[in-house]
Amino acid sequence: MSSGEPAEADPLDRLRDSDVTLIVGGLAALYLAYVLVGIVAGLSPRGIFATITQLTLLITIYAMLTLALNLHWGYTGLFNIGIVGFMAVGGYTFLMVTMPVAEPAARSAGGLGLPFVVGLVGAVVAAALLGFVVGLPSLRLRADYLAITTIAMSEIVRYFYQSNAFQEVELGGILLGTGGGSGLVGGYTTPFDTYVYDAGWFEGVVEFVDTTFQISGTLGPNIETLFDALVLVVVVVGFYWLLKRTGESPFGRVLKAIREDEDVAGALGKDTGRFKMKSFMLGCALMGLAGALYVFFQLGNTVNPTVFRPRLTFFVWVALILGGAGSNTGSVLGAALFVGVLFRGPLYLKNAIENLVEFPDAPDTVAGGLSGFLSLDPVPFIAFLFDNMGSLRIILLGVVLIVLMKRRPQGLLGHRTETAAAVPLVPVETATPSSVAGSDGAEATDGGRVDTGQVDNEGVDGGGEGS
Amino acid sequence: MVITSVLARGQTVARSGLSTAVEKPLETVLAVVGLLIAGDFVVALLVTGGLGFAEVGQLAKNGLMRGLVIGLAGVGLSMTYSILNFANFSHGDYITFGAFAGWGVTYLVAGFGEADWTNLLLVGAGGGVYGAQLGISITGTPLAVVVGLVLAGATTAGLALLVDRGIYKSMRDAGGIPLLITSVGVAFALRYVIALSYNQSVRGTTSTDIPTYQLPAIDGTIGVNAHDLVVLASAVALMLGVHFLLQRTKLGKAMRAMADNEDLALVTGIPTERVVTWTWVVGGALTGVSGFLLVLWRETINFRIGWVLLLLVFSAVILGGIGSIYGAIFGGVIIGLTLELSQIWIPTDFARASAFALMIVILLVRPKGLFAGRSTA
Repeated sequence: MSSGEPAEADPLDRLRDSDVTLIVGGLAALYLAYVLVGIVAGLSPRGIFATITQLTLLITIYAMLTLALNLHWGYTGLFNIGIVGFMAVGGYTFLMVTMPVAEPAARSAGGLGLPFVVGLVGAVVAAALLGFVVGLPSLRLRADYLAITTIAMSEIVRYFYQSNAFQEVELGGILLGTGGGSGLVGGYTTPFDTYVYDAGWFEGVVEFVDTTFQISGTLGPNIETLFDALVLVVVVVGFYWLLKRTGESPFGRVLKAIREDEDVAGALGKDTGRFKMKSFMLGCALMGLAGALYVFFQLGNTVNPTVFRPRLTFFVWVALILGGAGSNTGSVLGAALFVGVLFRGPLYLKNAIENLVEFPDAPDTVAGGLSGFLSLDPVPFIAFLFDNMGSLRIILLGVVLIVLMKRRPQGLLGHRTETAAAVPLVPVETATPSSVAGSDGAEATDGGRVDTGQVDNEGVDGGGEGS
Repeated sequence: MVITSVLARGQTVARSGLSTAVEKPLETVLAVVGLLIAGDFVVALLVTGGLGFAEVGQLAKNGLMRGLVIGLAGVGLSMTYSILNFANFSHGDYITFGAFAGWGVTYLVAGFGEADWTNLLLVGAGGGVYGAQLGISITGTPLAVVVGLVLAGATTAGLALLVDRGIYKSMRDAGGIPLLITSVGVAFALRYVIALSYNQSVRGTTSTDIPTYQLPAIDGTIGVNAHDLVVLASAVALMLGVHFLLQRTKLGKAMRAMADNEDLALVTGIPTERVVTWTWVVGGALTGVSGFLLVLWRETINFRIGWVLLLLVFSAVILGGIGSIYGAIFGGVIIGLTLELSQIWIPTDFARASAFALMIVILLVRPKGLFAGRSTA
């Protein structure tokens, strides 16, 4: 599977290009739409910039979660709807490890005071361990039972962190704790503060940007967000690479075999329980890492239990189904579409429209809105819906999920086929003059199916993507 | 299985060895834990006097009420789970819908003329109308409560049927998991349509003055109010009704046949689509009534009550065994009692966690539930 063979290098590069093109193109279209809407509505450039950096940050978090979920559901067929549970464990562990040790006189709990990186490792390990504990008995259950078990587990985790019972726990002389209902506040100097935000070079950059664009006030906080987002983009690339490699490896092929038919995989001598457990733990570990990064970057190094409501889990599911289960590229695109269009889009649009036109005062209740129809006046109802955009977008999200499941259950990119072969099949099987000599190879890479219907030369290299 | 064992005897042996090693100690540990809790309970109650009978009785009464509501909602969930083969995650929001629709009617009947009728129908979403002010209770406004109860069932049955026609009907062969995911979409859409219509505030629904009776316990009294009795009476009546429906009518026989084996039912000439329709109607009606009773009992309403209850309803259904009506009711009562009685040992924060833990344990040890093998009977 290495790119050593010259015959393979070309289509392989093309495929990689096409995946990258899809993601970059999708994101570019999304950003362009945001900028255009902002310009048309006359939003301030600073506001548009702030929106886009925030958007990127959230997209990266969702992309990580969706990629991890894709390993569970898309590759292995494990129906995990306890994502928030693993995120919560990751986020809390991260803060409890990195927060400074509480002063002896302090009334609130502190942490272990260990370095930032140790906190991330702790988050990964803790989430993986929880995955082990949950998975050990439950991975052999039916898909719907596994679903109910995982969501119940995630609620138990949330109640655990919410409870006042573990608000402060003395452990070997150190006052640790979950903070109960009010959560934890990091409030310490992180390496990011020392080496980035407060460092001379960063202030230089901010000053340069401020003087170049001459926008009233400083863009400092927004540039900090942009920096965070770029860091997270690198992490997402890492996730993508790791999961793509996992999917293409022999290990990944076994996972897909389990997804398709666990009995057959077992009959071929694979210890399916072990494979499922490894896949589950890896995915959980990644969810834990995403949870820690969510807490650090999105929540400003604070955490409280209400963040980890089950709806977050279902948001990630919507992103995965939108993008197409089984496709890493689809997962990233699904996350971008979910956050950009379904989650943040309506609110941004509302903001933009409010900037353009003056809406009449919205009625308090739906009855007030509907009564307008008696006099054939739809404005009150529209104003009412507009005023409740927060609810409306969740309704939209539900409807999108329903329509997707009915019309296109494979999502945007879930239609790709793949072969199970470990070695390149194309030169051997399709040694016809046209495909060998046809050096531009574009048709072959895009649609060239060998007549057995089994071998798809796109899939040989891009085995990572399956429906 | 023969081929499996021939091809991969090593793994199979290793796995079965592992699974017995995992399963048996688990069950042993659970049995020991159960005995310890029961022993502690008896000792505290009878020997040391750490627990009072009245205290336990009060918790048990609350647990029973909560359990009956959960069980009633569970019957509907259990029926669709066994007959249509999917875990309906929008079931919780059917509960909420029934509660709001029913209470809107109750408000309207109780407060007709006292306030704007649209505001009454929206359970006071516009503000200024409260259950306490309307004096709603079973003794104060019996007609309003009964009409609301009936209409809660009727409208929820209608909603369930409508959703089935519009969404699930064309997906009958899609399989359990796609249907489950679709039902999550239905849940989100429905919950926020409710939030949009009835707004997101929490409000009190009943009169503050409900007749309460003190039942004597050995070392005190247990307070039971009129609404507890309404919940008890309605739940028991409906459960008997479902029992009669399933055991004595042709429809009930067809439902049981379908839950057992759908293909066989179809071959035998059972009009499966019509049975599915009636399943939604009966299940939906019970769910709506349970939502109404839940609000009557807890005296407040908000747009999340059903969603929050959903996992407990799932717990009840799984505990009793999917498809079993008695199982759902029994499971509901067990879950309700667990929620309340667990407070004797662990902080209240963990009441729900303990109920979920109980469900997970059942799934692991006896995934077919306590009433295993008695589908819809």
